[in-house]
Amino acid sequence: MKRSLRPLAATAVIFLIAYALSVLQFPGMLSTRVLGNFLTDNAFLGIAAVGMTFVIISGGIDLSVGAVIGFTGVLVAVLISWMGLHPLAAFAIALGVAALFGGAMGAAIHYLQVPSFIVTLAGMFLARGGASVITQDSVPINHEFYAAISGLIIRLPGGGRLSFIGLLMVAVFLVGALLAHRTRFGSYVYALGGNPVSALLMGVPVARTTVQIYMLSSVLAALAGIVFSLYTSAGYPLAAVGVELDAISAVVIGGTLLTGGYGFVLGSFVGVMLLGLVQTYIIFDGTLSSWWTKIVIGVLLFLFIVLQRIIFAASAPGEESPEKV
Amino acid sequence: MKRLHLERLANPQLLALVAVLLINWALFPNFFRISWQDGRLFGSFIDVLNRGAPVAILAIGMTGVIATKGVDLSVGAIMAVCGAVAATMVVAGYPTPIAVVAALAVGIACGLWNGFLVAILDIQPIVATLVLMVAGRGIAQLITEGSIVTFNEPSLIFIGTGSFLGFPMAAVIALVLMILVTLLVRRTAIGLFIQAIGVNRAAASLAGIHSRMLLVLVYALSGFCAAIAGIIVAADIRGADANNSGLWLELDAILAVVIGGTSLLGGKFSIPLAVVGALIIQAMNTGILVSGFRPEFNLIVKAGMIILILMLQSPLVGNAAGFFKRDTRQAGSK
Repeated sequence: MKRSLRPLAATAVIFLIAYALSVLQFPGMLSTRVLGNFLTDNAFLGIAAVGMTFVIISGGIDLSVGAVIGFTGVLVAVLISWMGLHPLAAFAIALGVAALFGGAMGAAIHYLQVPSFIVTLAGMFLARGGASVITQDSVPINHEFYAAISGLIIRLPGGGRLSFIGLLMVAVFLVGALLAHRTRFGSYVYALGGNPVSALLMGVPVARTTVQIYMLSSVLAALAGIVFSLYTSAGYPLAAVGVELDAISAVVIGGTLLTGGYGFVLGSFVGVMLLGLVQTYIIFDGTLSSWWTKIVIGVLLFLFIVLQRIIFAASAPGEESPEKV
Repeated sequence: MKRLHLERLANPQLLALVAVLLINWALFPNFFRISWQDGRLFGSFIDVLNRGAPVAILAIGMTGVIATKGVDLSVGAIMAVCGAVAATMVVAGYPTPIAVVAALAVGIACGLWNGFLVAILDIQPIVATLVLMVAGRGIAQLITEGSIVTFNEPSLIFIGTGSFLGFPMAAVIALVLMILVTLLVRRTAIGLFIQAIGVNRAAASLAGIHSRMLLVLVYALSGFCAAIAGIIVAADIRGADANNSGLWLELDAILAVVIGGTSLLGGKFSIPLAVVGALIIQAMNTGILVSGFRPEFNLIVKAGMIILILMLQSPLVGNAAGFFKRDTRQAGSK
């Protein structure tokens, strides 16, 4: 096996072991119903995690993801329920707004030479504030198109159902993996995360790539917002608070280094599934309180970071690239 | 440094604070009216000092961390943990001093954990502190068993709502802490060492600085500050709310530090200006409230302010050559 694939393999093996242990305790967890719900319940998180993976591989971070999900949900709900637009038109507008928003953040990061942390923090405040200014309340969406999409399910033997949004997440992951590993844009992203100065000297269009990375992240966050609105049939300005942290956790657990230049899109998928497994286990157990989710995710994060540290122990310690925050 | 004394009074942070306060005064003419009631001062301006204290205290610890080119995302969660510890111990019948000391010790322990991850295991600060940020709130809920632990112990409540010479206790604590930590870093070589680590950790280690010990120290200080802030917030509402205590305050604290001119790239920091940054944020919050705007505008104003600061600090102007950007920025910041 290639040495560089070890973290991905480690994550996958740990997921399988954890799942096997859960099944031993609760045989009911080994069913297509549970697996189908894994995909449906984590669809929005997974789509957001794909964008986050690109940002983190490029050496940045995007704190605005959760806020963009919330803002998109509100925008879509208002356009459909108050303005009477067709959902598809509303989706197009929301994705366009998000592309502009992400592009602006990328441009600010590149041209103002400020850490992505601060720029996307401003983006988070702006998107969350914008959503709250539009409306304070939850806006329900009652449209036949939403009902039609909720009805689009593939029934599996054993009572499981693959929903449209679950399959959409899988598709986004596959496209993301192709984009990262098989396209010129993907190699630019890796080059940028490895060392921005050498990337520039090698002829990587740093400005364009940075803008595109944050545009991609925001567009995927908006898509996650649309999926979230399909999932809940409503738009709420405080929806998906803190999802950026879950997405970052999933990406880190999936074997991507936060220093940039190294990582896998499909690893983030395993990371999302692992987070979903923790929640499902706690629901199955019934006696554990919900706060154990947070503690377990924290412990998992710690374990995976230490694991990465051991795997990369050969690289010189204390030699962090200077501009990462 | 000596000749900078006059310039310091005219620095952009203090001017910004004055500007925000004047705007508040223009929107709400009674902003500066201070009255004396029940042996303490009352008024919107005093309220800014009181409400701004927790973020100011967090910013004091955060400044040291950011000066070493790190960041501490866990302070909000540590606040929740320490507030929960103090509240449950008081409810269990322990005297206030013991509960407070225990909460402070827990805060320092959390900081030491972060420092261990960053300094000994060499994990990037943002990930290392993310662990406690995610797990901390769960631990706090574990301590309070998911409920909001309320208490009526007057001596603990005094820390949050009491007054000293008429000034709110929280603001007095923040002021004392600011002076002590500033003296610690400016009257000893510690500040210089911290800056050296922030500029180049490898070089600092080669120059004989115990960079690991110092890194552990700054994270422990950040945990200690978070514990104080957590106790104040819990005492203020007479209860420990594991879900909401200190929620997103880490971002406000980082913002305050950045407004205070501390570089996120390390190597340059000012604790008093970070406190001024916290007061600017709070003055805007209070201004939006007293002038009758909807509180949702708060976030948008904050975002606008970050963008403005980024523009002002940007090395864009006078930045000609592509990859000499870092050098011109450091030269320009002196």
